[in-house]
Amino acid sequence: MAVMTAEIGQFLLIFAWLAGLFQGAFPLVGAQVGDQALIRAARPAALVQFALVLAAFGALTYAHATSDFSVRNVFENSHTAKPFIYKLTGVWGNHEGSMLLWSLILAAFGAAVAVKGRASPLTARALGIQGLIAVAFLGFIIFTSNPFSRLFPAPADGQDLNPLLQDPGLIIHPPFLYLGYVGFSVAFSYAVAGLISGRIDEAWAREARPWALSAWVFLTIGIALGSWWAYYELGWGGFWAWDPVENASFMPWLAGTALIHSMRALEVRGAFKAWTTLLAILAFSLSLIGTFLVRSGVLTSVHAFATDPARGLFILVILGVFIGGALMLFALRGPSLQPSGGFQPVSREGGLLLNNVIMVSACATVFVGTFYPLFVDVISGEKLSVGAPYFNLVFLPFMAVALVIISPAAALAWKRGSIKDALNRVAPAAIAAAALGGIALWISWPKNIAAALGVGLAVWTGGGALVDFSQRARLFEGRALSRFAGLPRSYVAMTIGHVGFAIVAIGVIGAGAFKSETIAYAREGDVVSVGGFDVKLTSVSEAQGPNYASEFASFEVSRDGKPLAPMTAERRFYPVRGMQTTEAAIATDLTGDLYLTIGDYNADRGWVVRAWRHPLTVWMWIGAALIALGGVFGLGGERRHAPRAAAIGAGVKAA
Amino acid sequence: MKRLVFLMPVLLFLALAFWFAKGLSRDPRYIPSMLIDRPAPDFVLPPIAGPMEGLSSSDFQGQVSMLNIFGSWCASCEIEHPVLMAIAREGVAPIYGLNWKDAPGAGAEWLRGRGDPYAKIGDDAAGRVAIDFGVTGAPETFIIDAAGRVRHKHVGPVTMDEWRHVLKPMIEDLNDAPLDP
Repeated sequence: MAVMTAEIGQFLLIFAWLAGLFQGAFPLVGAQVGDQALIRAARPAALVQFALVLAAFGALTYAHATSDFSVRNVFENSHTAKPFIYKLTGVWGNHEGSMLLWSLILAAFGAAVAVKGRASPLTARALGIQGLIAVAFLGFIIFTSNPFSRLFPAPADGQDLNPLLQDPGLIIHPPFLYLGYVGFSVAFSYAVAGLISGRIDEAWAREARPWALSAWVFLTIGIALGSWWAYYELGWGGFWAWDPVENASFMPWLAGTALIHSMRALEVRGAFKAWTTLLAILAFSLSLIGTFLVRSGVLTSVHAFATDPARGLFILVILGVFIGGALMLFALRGPSLQPSGGFQPVSREGGLLLNNVIMVSACATVFVGTFYPLFVDVISGEKLSVGAPYFNLVFLPFMAVALVIISPAAALAWKRGSIKDALNRVAPAAIAAAALGGIALWISWPKNIAAALGVGLAVWTGGGALVDFSQRARLFEGRALSRFAGLPRSYVAMTIGHVGFAIVAIGVIGAGAFKSETIAYAREGDVVSVGGFDVKLTSVSEAQGPNYASEFASFEVSRDGKPLAPMTAERRFYPVRGMQTTEAAIATDLTGDLYLTIGDYNADRGWVVRAWRHPLTVWMWIGAALIALGGVFGLGGERRHAPRAAAIGAGVKAA
Repeated sequence: MKRLVFLMPVLLFLALAFWFAKGLSRDPRYIPSMLIDRPAPDFVLPPIAGPMEGLSSSDFQGQVSMLNIFGSWCASCEIEHPVLMAIAREGVAPIYGLNWKDAPGAGAEWLRGRGDPYAKIGDDAAGRVAIDFGVTGAPETFIIDAAGRVRHKHVGPVTMDEWRHVLKPMIEDLNDAPLDP
């Protein structure tokens, strides 16, 4: 039985590819010639394709779980001594398996659209496009990245998974990232379907927006998890390095952020039709380019999987067909899209447009920085690299501008607003911003002036969102709770999202600009001080893990003389790969993290102990969670009339 | 006019796809043929901290050595560092360090916490020497033979696997080979 699993998986993949072909061809042809039977074939084809890819994924998981080293993919990425949970997550900790996960998620979204999408030629066409994307990527797996290829004879044991990837953060980070990347395929498919149908309007936005929003929520969570993983696992508390692969996930997020904002204007006011379509194409295109980046070896990075130009060429053709095709269609059909209603420059629409300009410009700067070395190399053969200083210099100003305008822009009325009214509405936030920014300036003077101003701007944004919200809900008058329940969900979503954005900004400023660090040699009993904390190394002991050897350093910690909970930092050595990893000891509270690591031992001087104070770090994660939560709220759609309908329903039931 | 605006995205994309295709035909893991088997560029660099030794191209003469490009700002170097420590302990060949585009003192500080795998380190704060070597990013590792010629370039962090299966055998071969021109 076990012997055949890989072959079964291989066949399932081929059948899934065929199902994708049907899913692609039938509804697209059917909608073109008006054949209802062909249109109706889209749904079952999508469901069957999902079932087949799921089964193939199950087969690979089974091979990993049972450590079947006759499968090359298992041999190269697993080891009998590896903890069971990492045997499972090792399925996607490598190129072939991660592409299979990619396809599984694509098929899952297709199945979800088949189940939840409104039955219409638009949905049928969108499913067809999804089918074609599945054909491309399943083909990519089958022809260039077969996860089921065998090894003869089967080796006795495997090569183990990169220890940096043996981590709880890595169990969930890639799946969320892929849910985000691949989720944008639905918005893309709807955009292409809408262009084919020639109908991009309010109804289109209602259909497509939840998919774009859910992809964006997943991507938000995925990026935050990746950043969190880097923070605690890489051992020095960095949370963002502007690495090409990080940028690859960030660019679709920025485009997606623009997309969910402009989709709102389209849904409510019928504005920005062509622009929204273009953003939907762009968000998924950037996701695909992100995949291309990592797999092809065009750019190298810490995260890069084994690279291979044949794979790169295949993906380039996929990019050419889908992105090029969609943009060509856009060039042909876009000019005929007419806005349903006009608006004044100063209006909610204008504010959303401003958001779009900022997000797309920020995205463009990241894009240029990421690909500039490639362009220069191709043109002149000169090699260079673009580092974090460039990105901080060009990207952060855009975020500063965003922080300046978010709260007044969000307070503008639809169609025609008044800047004066909007500013009046959020004026109390200006006072709070000036006060807190002033305090930050006083603390940090004369260094970090920009950071202190950033704190003020973040308070302005978060405070403005809250002030506007409390006025709309008339929070300080009677019956606030029922009014709160009656507020449009999209408005609640926006407030949560904007407050989350402001909080992330404060966390980034705190962790980026106000950190302090001490490195010292210490013997047992020595004390290292950082940012008001005294850290005493009490003992260092050794222990054996399942597939690694560990060294534990125990610390007694006190702050201003008051003792705190003891902490333990760990260093692991993985013999199969000959690699070391750091498991930092991190004590978190709302003011920041104390972050301790243990390094090499020197017979003369003791252990290297590194202690950091990362202020406000936890707010990055809280803020990111709020941004995602805001997105989840936005998924619900409008509910203004829902309570009545529910009451009627309840009445009927009671009767 | 309006049609032209709508045509812009696809035209931009075509230009981009062209660059990607060009980029594909180039393998970033190999050194430009310019440098392969050529003498390493001449340079003299100061040390990264007072009492240490600096690095110059004459250090490459007489034995097979490695040149590793690193910086305290570089995330992948953090990952590579323990591997370099292990390689240094094996003592197969000296590892020279090129501290690339670092703030004054930052490289020394970085090493002080983690241990120093390097025989000598040059401070390339301006990045001039790295450009002569065709460095695309950090970390990168060059293998230089006893006559001071560049023989191999490795892009990205060296892993223990690559050390055992690629770099170390290559160094051993170079050690065995007679010093011919």
